[in-house]
Amino acid sequence: MAPASSSTHSAVTLNINGEKYPLSVDHRTTLLDALRERLDLTGTKKGCDQGQCGACTVLIDGRRAVSCLHLAVAAEGREITTIEGMAEGDRLHPVQQAFLDLDGYQCGYCTPGQICSAVAVIEEHAAGWPSAVTDDVRPEAGPPPLTADEIRERMSGNLCRCGAYVSIVQAVARAAEAHEETAKEASA
Amino acid sequence: MREFDYRRAPDVAGAVALLAADPDARFLGGGTNLVDLMKTGVERPALLVDVRELPLDRIESTDDGGLRIGATVTNSDLAAHPEVRRRYPALTQAVLAGASGQLRNMATVGGNLLQRTRCGYFTDVAGPCNKRVPGSGCPAVEGEHHNHAVLGASDHCVAVHPSDMGVALTAFDAVVSYETADGPGALPLADLYLPVGDTPHRETALPSGALITGVTLPPAPVAARSRYRKVRERASYAFAIGSVAAALDVRDGVVRDARLALGAVASRPWRARAAEAVLSGAPAVGDTFAAAADAELAAARPLPDNGYKVTLMRNLVVAVLTELAEEAAR
Ligand SMILES: Cc1cc2nc3c(=O)[nH]c(=O)nc-3n(C[C@H](O)[C@H](O)[C@H](O)COP(=O)(O)OP(=O)(O)OC[C@H]3O[C@@H](n4cnc5c(N)ncnc54)[C@H](O)[C@@H]3O)c2cc1C
Ligand code: SF4
Ligand code: FES
Ligand code: FES
Repeated sequence: MAPASSSTHSAVTLNINGEKYPLSVDHRTTLLDALRERLDLTGTKKGCDQGQCGACTVLIDGRRAVSCLHLAVAAEGREITTIEGMAEGDRLHPVQQAFLDLDGYQCGYCTPGQICSAVAVIEEHAAGWPSAVTDDVRPEAGPPPLTADEIRERMSGNLCRCGAYVSIVQAVARAAEAHEETAKEASA
Repeated sequence: MREFDYRRAPDVAGAVALLAADPDARFLGGGTNLVDLMKTGVERPALLVDVRELPLDRIESTDDGGLRIGATVTNSDLAAHPEVRRRYPALTQAVLAGASGQLRNMATVGGNLLQRTRCGYFTDVAGPCNKRVPGSGCPAVEGEHHNHAVLGASDHCVAVHPSDMGVALTAFDAVVSYETADGPGALPLADLYLPVGDTPHRETALPSGALITGVTLPPAPVAARSRYRKVRERASYAFAIGSVAAALDVRDGVVRDARLALGAVASRPWRARAAEAVLSGAPAVGDTFAAAADAELAAARPLPDNGYKVTLMRNLVVAVLTELAEEAAR
């Protein structure tokens, strides 16, 4: 086999869930394909491969992103968190636990993306970010309460073919409440 | 997908030098449009110059009370910024109305302005399209065009520009700054996009290889009372079929200042100057708003399947201006 031409491939080190993965990638490789096909991290799912469904959602430097439109080579130097990195040992992430407790899925295919997205939604809301359904976006208005409408809008980048939306919204609401309580306890 | 080289731009000068040296090179912002188009074969760059680590990620107040927004600021950071929310709330609303949380975290200001049309023929490389292959024809005119342009189009192309953010920026007189190998330049956003004419493949007035470095919003007190409203085929996470960015300053029942731009109706965000002229100095009532909408939409040339947009836009303009007027009266 011909050696990889250096202008179309790069040696990168991907930092995923706190571990370093050295890898030679064809520049065309998306982060999604690198995770699934090269690193056997198959928790992240491929739905549309076009940014339209959210199944491939991961966190990059703490922010949710679709890994199907992110080139692997462009992810070098960033901290990537996938669904495999959410739990702490045997303890599920509170968002995972809420999805489990409230049946936030049916077939489960969209679930890793839903969970990664929900983790970020809770952070974004806690940081005071408004959404498209927030009545008054001016900072003086303060952060909007995380109502079901707010959750639906903020989670709208994650489609679910099974239509498990009702329980997904409940799971996100429960996890957000738990998050708020923990934050209050921590500041008390 | 064609194989390509990838570089991270070290600095602005280095970025434009890399592009100047290779006509097949493209800047890579968040990649949410470019990578998608590379997958379908619409874009076939030989080199991607990643600009996200350039020091263009700040939002700063200008001395005169406007805002300067760096080109690599993400859509999310733009929407969340307190000064944007305070001084130009319609801009925050427009950005938040677009795409999804994931995509807004990736997408940059520069990339958003230069994103390509979502016309289905444009992305289908198997068929003709004047924008993609000049002279090959425009199947949309006789074909699927229910979401295509009603203003400013030509027989050669009837595609719409998909950006929500750009509609609000256009209403607020944004100026785009750029850098080329020959030095910097600036263009009002209203002049960034070229008229369609018979050259729909030529989309912007930017010199070739230009790096967008930022967008400046002049001070606009009227913008503090502004709104963006978007209509789409589902409640969220879909492109507009019509949208309005509006700002209204009403004193004693009279319109002192008005800004209006329309989205998803033309090949560029559409500044509604004819409507603004009707609004200025007129009583802030429904009849004025309807007359303003009609003045703008008199130039509409709908196709067989998108005439609904003219009615939709008229109603949308009246509704948003009415809301703003009611808010001012409170
Ligand atoms: C599923 C989906 C839904 C979407 N829905 C919406 C929506 O509802 N509303 C909406 O407005 N948008 C929507 N978008 C589009 C999205 O907003 C754009 O893809 C995004 O803003 C592009 O920004 P980017 O940084 O990712 O650009 P890229 O994809 O990186 O680049 C786009 C173009 O800009 C060029 N470019 C990038 N940065 C610069 C620069 N600094 N100087 C010069 N050239 C540059 C690139 O070379 C390329 O040609 C959607 C996208 C997807 C995938
Ligand atoms: S409307 Fe424009 S982009 Fe769509 S097929 Fe016609 S020429 Fe191509
Ligand atoms: S697989 Fe990435 S958004 Fe659908
Ligand atoms: S649970 Fe099946 S797709 Fe969402």
